[in-house]
Amino acid sequence: MDARAQRTLAILALLAVACALPFTMSNFRLFQFTQVYVYAIAILGLNMLTGYNGQFSLGHGAFYAIGAYVSAIMMDKWNVHYGWTIPVAGVLCLVVGFLFGLPALRLEGLYLALATFSLALAVPQILKYFEHWTGGSQGLVLSKPNAPFGLPLNPDQWLYFLTLGVLIVLFWLGANLLRGRVGRAIVAIRDNHIAAEAMGINTSLYKSLVFGVSAAYTGVAGALSASVIAYVAPDSFDAFLSITLLIGSVIGGLASISGAVLGAMFIQFIPNWAQDISKAAPWAIFGVFLIVFMYVMPFGIAGAIRLLWIRTQRSRVALSPEPRETAAT
Amino acid sequence: MDIFVQQVVSGLATGGIYASVALALVMIYQATDVVNFGQGSMAMFATYICWAMLNAGMPYWGAFVATLAIAFVGGIVVERVVIRPVENAPILSIVIVTLGLLVIFTSIAGWIWTYVQKPFPSPFPERPLKVGNIFFGAHDVGQIGVTLIVLLCIYLFFRFTPLGLAMRAAAHNPVSSRLCGIRVGWMLALGWGLASVFGAVAGMLVAPVLTLDPNMMGGVQLYAFAAATLGGFSSPGGVVLGGFIVGIVENLVGTYVSFIGTELKLTVALAMIIVVLLVKPTGLFGTTIVKRV
Amino acid sequence: MVLTRKLLVLLLVIGLAGVTLAPVVSAQTVVGVTATEVKIGNTNPYSGPASAYGTIGKAIGAYFKKVNDEGGINGRKINYISYDDGYAPPKTVEMVRKLVESDGVALLFQTLGTPPNSAIHKYMNQQKVPHLFVATGATKWNDAKNFPWTMGFQPNYQTEGRVYAADVLKKHPGAKVGILYQNDDYGKDYLKGFEDGLGEANKKMIVMKQSYEVTDPTIDSQIVNLKNSGATVFFNITIPKFAVQAIKKAHDIGWKPVHYLNNVSSSLATVLKPAGLEASKDLITALYMKEVTDPQWRNDKGFTDWVVFMKKYYPEGALDDQANAYGYNVAILMTTVIKQCGNDLSRENIMKQAANLKNVELPLLLPGIKVNTSPTDFAPIEQEQLARFTGEKWELYGEMFDAFRKQ
Repeated sequence: MDARAQRTLAILALLAVACALPFTMSNFRLFQFTQVYVYAIAILGLNMLTGYNGQFSLGHGAFYAIGAYVSAIMMDKWNVHYGWTIPVAGVLCLVVGFLFGLPALRLEGLYLALATFSLALAVPQILKYFEHWTGGSQGLVLSKPNAPFGLPLNPDQWLYFLTLGVLIVLFWLGANLLRGRVGRAIVAIRDNHIAAEAMGINTSLYKSLVFGVSAAYTGVAGALSASVIAYVAPDSFDAFLSITLLIGSVIGGLASISGAVLGAMFIQFIPNWAQDISKAAPWAIFGVFLIVFMYVMPFGIAGAIRLLWIRTQRSRVALSPEPRETAAT
Repeated sequence: MDIFVQQVVSGLATGGIYASVALALVMIYQATDVVNFGQGSMAMFATYICWAMLNAGMPYWGAFVATLAIAFVGGIVVERVVIRPVENAPILSIVIVTLGLLVIFTSIAGWIWTYVQKPFPSPFPERPLKVGNIFFGAHDVGQIGVTLIVLLCIYLFFRFTPLGLAMRAAAHNPVSSRLCGIRVGWMLALGWGLASVFGAVAGMLVAPVLTLDPNMMGGVQLYAFAAATLGGFSSPGGVVLGGFIVGIVENLVGTYVSFIGTELKLTVALAMIIVVLLVKPTGLFGTTIVKRV
Repeated sequence: MVLTRKLLVLLLVIGLAGVTLAPVVSAQTVVGVTATEVKIGNTNPYSGPASAYGTIGKAIGAYFKKVNDEGGINGRKINYISYDDGYAPPKTVEMVRKLVESDGVALLFQTLGTPPNSAIHKYMNQQKVPHLFVATGATKWNDAKNFPWTMGFQPNYQTEGRVYAADVLKKHPGAKVGILYQNDDYGKDYLKGFEDGLGEANKKMIVMKQSYEVTDPTIDSQIVNLKNSGATVFFNITIPKFAVQAIKKAHDIGWKPVHYLNNVSSSLATVLKPAGLEASKDLITALYMKEVTDPQWRNDKGFTDWVVFMKKYYPEGALDDQANAYGYNVAILMTTVIKQCGNDLSRENIMKQAANLKNVELPLLLPGIKVNTSPTDFAPIEQEQLARFTGEKWELYGEMFDAFRKQ
């Protein structure tokens, strides 16, 4: 069996497990895993921008919020079916992200980080301002969708499969995009944008496009979260959400597709674990986790797995490229 | 007219707060090329240590100096124990570690001293100064003065002392610096120590205004970050000016842009900063780094 | 590739098998109760920017420990499970589902914050789990008809806003009013109550409204603008940190309006003293609890009992934190409801008893304020009284305002 078949097999096995979960787990656990998938989509979006393209974003919570509110407002004000709101949220975030990416082209590193962070700070304020549409700081209460076509699934199971389905499609698309010619161009811009330009890559176009696609992924995740949580409010999308997404993408492993899922599991489960250890100062425990993870796995969980894999396979496989440093600043 | 001047004066006071924290951010950035997101919470923690000493009956200036010493040692210890092991990790991994510091210090302060806000004394007189119809808070004036003094110290230190020059060299080109006999590792630690001292000064100066609580620096640090970026991260003077500009612009937006009112003033202020950055992508006073391919 | 196809088939089979075996959920009304225990669930922000409120959850836990040490209620110990939600609604949903579906609590008690509670409002009522005495001042918790499983606790912010408006109309008719409010649900609720209280005809009395964000470092600029507006009445809707600044700043720049300060910031130790007792003189607020740092209660039995309790069961909690008094009060109310339930701790009966509280007195409520609920009245505390700060204590004046009787 070659490496490619092995990987296909591994992915299929994981999918089989994922499909079996709804029937072996409580609805509550299922809800947690649904959230993991939502975060994973958002983190993959951020990862495209920060990990693959080297553009540092501290503001993806803003796109997550826009996606969630687009979906929520369409459902609440116009009674649109939730299924339609998800692609609409994605397209809208694509446009917003692309437009934001254009001026952001001029900014790098910390300066870009501030620009994106400003977006994350501004969005909750704007949401509160347009009270008529957004319900202001009280937010909008939504209903959980029931399974369509009379499928014998409860809403939690249905949302789980829906999210999993969206995740599979988006990851498949993302993997194709990032592993192909476009992906190589994106990475080349990160590693040396002048050299990339010299090779004939339209860096401006690619960079703003990546911004758009990245925002679209995160927006879709936001739209899904609106249905999963069945509630949106500005407090759900504070600046800390953006930071949490960044934490997920770095801990999971930048420039790694599987890293997005691993990072999502980290931000979903580690805070819960931290509060089980200490009720008095749960954040302190969480902080220690962050530091220890980065100390043990400076390239994230996916990076560590890759290193281990390379080490065990060294005798069989010719040297694979070592994970590179991400040129973020 | 009075209202305009009064708003500018009060913007200067708030700007002084941003500037003092921004200086600490820049200090670490200059010395180690990392933005320390834990800076504000470390400063808050140092301020609590000062508060505890004051509560135990120490005189203000005694506690002040002792806090600076503790902050210096604490900064070095943090660098040695927490940052050093991840020194060679990607920048973003180090950023995550500093976020870890942020939550750890906040959480531990809340655990030790509870979240109840605590009054903190000011070394400056209580009575505001009145010039014409304009009021100047004595503490605000004092704070701006101290910030400018700190700025002067930073400037002189990096410009004229061998140690300061060695630190800059260590940050910009560690390999060559090592070849010149500079102990790069210790230079970085020293940078953290000094930044921690400046943070502590800032903390003790803002605490009388904001009252001390574990989340005291949360909002301040956001603005300080904006101020530092606006001024240009590589220029301490620019950063201080950035702080004042942010403070004043925000106040004037809140006062005069009436169709927006105060509810969106942060958004407007941030948008204006971004517009400035689009014209000057490395901040008002930052230097553009020329890269070779 | 044959292998892949085989796996796909396998996947499908597993899926189908699962669908047909999906368990049927049955409704049970006595959950989380055994002969020796009753499980109570709670969420509080122990981490994140709102962690100052987390002490309420801890004070409640300490009080339940005291109850357990003294033998529990009707032989049952309280098993209090409190999780951290960091004041983030999605996390609240997750933690509350854990409490209801995985831990199997009998009821949910004192979940904190308007957005977190809004996120679970519908869920709790669909699940038919008592959602009692929520820790927020929003108005929507008193809606027995549409949400028969949710009940509030403290006087709501809108009512309090109306109390101030009535006082302004009575004593300063036609005055120019300036308002400072926090730009969130809390600030806007107060604002709405106040504006409704003034009524359409008097709305033009408000000459300026200024807002701030909870992340703002200072509010100097807003105070300067309010002074400049020529307002002679100032309604100050701020949390303690900003209340200190507002009182100080107004004093410093020589603005001396009639100053109404919201109840949220009425603490002597954490607001008035840091702001300066001189500057705080003649502030007006509406109270429903005994302010624990106010010297007039120093020998009050309710207060001294609370101090004894704090020292024994929650020594790390601050004695100058009103939140700890709040937690103590509401925990006592909870135990009262459970006592009243006797041996029938079905969810229906818990709700029925919570809606059947008659003139219950709590040790740290102002004398004369009593807890009353009925099947149509889900607002336990509806009385408040205005008070003026004399420079050393809050001096109650005027008659007791009762929102229920007014209706």
